Amino acid sequence: MSTTAITHDHHEIDEKTTFGFWIYIMTDCLLFATIFAVYAVLRPSTFGGPGPAELFSLPYVLVETFLLLISSFTFGMAMLAQREERKNLVLLFMGLTFLLGAGFIVLEIKEFHHLIVSGHSFKENAFLSGFFGLVGTHGLHVFCGLIWMVLLMIQIVTRGLTPLVVRKLSCLSLFWHFLDIIWIFVFTFVYLLGAI
Amino acid sequence: MFGKLSLSAFPHEPIQAGGAVSIILAMLAVIVALTYLKRWTWLWKEWITTTDHKKIGIMYVIAALIMLLRGFGDAIMMRAQLALSAGANHGFLSPDHYNQIFTAHGVIMIFFMAMPLMFGLFNLVIPLQIGARDVAYPFLNSLSFWLFVMGAMLVNFSLIVGEFAAVGWLAYPPLSEVNYSPGVGVDYYIWALQISGVGSLISGINFFVTIIKMRCPGMTLMKMPVFIWSALCTNILVMMVFPVLTVTLSLLFLDRYFGFHFFTSDLGGNAMMYINMIWIWGHPEVYILVLPAFGIFSEIASTFAQKKLFGYKSMVWAIAVITILSMIVWAHHFFTMGAGGNVNAVFGITTMIISVPTGVKIFNWLFTLFRGRLIFKTPLLWLVGFLLTFTLGGMTGVMLSVPAADFQFHNSMFLVAHFHNTIIGGVVFGYFAGFIYWFPKVMGFKLDERLGKAAFAHWIVGFFVTFTPLYILGLMGMTRRLSHYDASTGWQSLLVVSLVGALIIGGGVACQLVQIAYSFWKRKELVDHTGDPWNGRTLEWSLPSPPPFYNFARIPTVTSRDDFWEQKNNPDHPGHKKIVYEDIHMPKNSGLGFMISVAVFVCGFGLVWHITWLIGLGLLALFMFIFMRSFDEHTDYYVPAEEVLRIENQLLKRKGEC
Repeated sequence: MSTTAITHDHHEIDEKTTFGFWIYIMTDCLLFATIFAVYAVLRPSTFGGPGPAELFSLPYVLVETFLLLISSFTFGMAMLAQREERKNLVLLFMGLTFLLGAGFIVLEIKEFHHLIVSGHSFKENAFLSGFFGLVGTHGLHVFCGLIWMVLLMIQIVTRGLTPLVVRKLSCLSLFWHFLDIIWIFVFTFVYLLGAI
Repeated sequence: MFGKLSLSAFPHEPIQAGGAVSIILAMLAVIVALTYLKRWTWLWKEWITTTDHKKIGIMYVIAALIMLLRGFGDAIMMRAQLALSAGANHGFLSPDHYNQIFTAHGVIMIFFMAMPLMFGLFNLVIPLQIGARDVAYPFLNSLSFWLFVMGAMLVNFSLIVGEFAAVGWLAYPPLSEVNYSPGVGVDYYIWALQISGVGSLISGINFFVTIIKMRCPGMTLMKMPVFIWSALCTNILVMMVFPVLTVTLSLLFLDRYFGFHFFTSDLGGNAMMYINMIWIWGHPEVYILVLPAFGIFSEIASTFAQKKLFGYKSMVWAIAVITILSMIVWAHHFFTMGAGGNVNAVFGITTMIISVPTGVKIFNWLFTLFRGRLIFKTPLLWLVGFLLTFTLGGMTGVMLSVPAADFQFHNSMFLVAHFHNTIIGGVVFGYFAGFIYWFPKVMGFKLDERLGKAAFAHWIVGFFVTFTPLYILGLMGMTRRLSHYDASTGWQSLLVVSLVGALIIGGGVACQLVQIAYSFWKRKELVDHTGDPWNGRTLEWSLPSPPPFYNFARIPTVTSRDDFWEQKNNPDHPGHKKIVYEDIHMPKNSGLGFMISVAVFVCGFGLVWHITWLIGLGLLALFMFIFMRSFDEHTDYYVPAEEVLRIENQLLKRKGEC
């Protein structure tokens, strides 16, 4: 068979994979939309307990937000480096993205921990159930993204930037930016609107 | 060590123990047979690891038919119980067991019979009809199938270990919350649905991308067969609503396991939110099931009337409009919630509007049949039965959609009769018709006509004998989900009639089983040499039956809607050109789809019984298998052109010999 046939096939697979991944992200978006709706319904149900204004610290969440936003930027840099096929640079930026993402997760866990030990766990009322449910689901997604990132970094080291690895990299990139967008909504609806 | 699991979890009541023993015996029989015939390697290599859409489709259909038998057994038990349990007689089922049975009946029939039968038909037909060699993601296809199987296994396991949910097929809280259902039944429900639901979502994406990206040259959207249109819209609905189901079940899980308060009756939880969410999934779900049936009937109408479909464009638009409307009617399932007159009016009106595009479709089918040269084979009989039954079901649906009247009908047997009228008359009849229609394509031989016609006669008579009394009972005030009633209600005679009807349907099921066995036995006489047993119109009939594993030696080029019909009647059609064989790119088999699903099953079982180490083990295995998949580079291969030529020559020779 000719090499053009193979490249042609790979091109088609790339296109199909990316398209399918976009579709998957849309379904994930609907999943978040549902949880946002749940949060909106349960938000007033504090059942006499403290509301968002008393519970959340905006400066703290702002740090979280910036960690995640910068991680999106560094991932963008990694993708640019990948286009120029500079493997080490890709690894460097992905490592940075990983650290920022892990920092975000650590801060989020600390926030959850703080709330729970001060007596405001998800068991207290429906509002807090909705809060932990929504923010936790986003955190779980970021966590999965981090595992995926490690896997891809191993593959970049062992195999280099093969077409297959690059295809996976662009899917993860879509996923990571998507989670960033979701976080913007979480930040706005949960924390900023909560502070009012 | 074993969480909530102890010896007392195994069934002690004779009827339940009988069910458990029969399932275990059936499994043992399969294992013994496989070992005796030395078929384990064959099973693994040819079926469990396969990524061939045709084989996956066959497995879906077989699994669906097995689950149909289980769901039907539940139905017979319910009808028998109600025929008996008037006044002093309490029937043969305890109320709790009866509750489990009607829950299992609904769950099995929708999730583990109708859905897999639908995905089975999608698998078998979509790539063949659009001129593709496989689906977009063959590995994910295998994964979806095995996830569905594991969900079904959890339901069957609940018969052996523990209990199933006794809360109705949608598990409304607060009843399904841990305070009121402390057993493992609801947990089985949650994880069986969650696991198979994720499989359905993956399938939805898979078939959507397949239809959008893999149609053969020339097949523009408006040249797609109507079945493909219905599949496209169905998969859009799957992608839009299954995430909602995933969230709903996850939140119920969080409530039950960790003490969240999403739907609890205390601390601000909102049970009505669950009911809204589950119906935002649930109402589109019934259209997910019925749209493909509409597609199947469109194919059958034009094939057996031997003319092109009447009103193709209006048919496509009707499907699209139903797709959209199906998402804005969910509240008609609970007009009694108390949302107020305005909300109820809006949902009542949107519900009524759905009957307009549906009516358009009914007339399109009628006009397709009108002045056609009708060939009265079994698929056409199912179509005629459907037109009558489904239209009646649609009309009682419009009656239910009037909010003021619905306050009377709500939760009565009238409702039960209505939705069986549409689901059996629409979905079941449609899928049976599709099963018979495409059976020769997949298996290489036709199903026996006489037995098929007998099955149809039993089903249609049995249907009306069973469900007409239920309509009347509903109007007499009988509510659904009763296991016992007072003799003075005067319901018993009608319920006995209903049982008789169910037994007639049982006769139909028996005819179908005999039909399959008999046709298999007589397969030499019923063999289909031509690949085109019905004088078909679409691409799948241009292939030999069964098609080679790569489907099309040359990807066809389509010039018109009923392209194969065109090809048969037009000597200048590009399909007649000499084929230049080329290397074919195919996916390799993979056992990882199966293994990932087993890991998920282990995890799900651990979650049902609160066995922490088992959950950990399942998760660990799951991640390990996903890693293996991620690191696997060799997922596809090429079939050399010479090999294709050899297979094609063999197929031609077989055709020529007859």
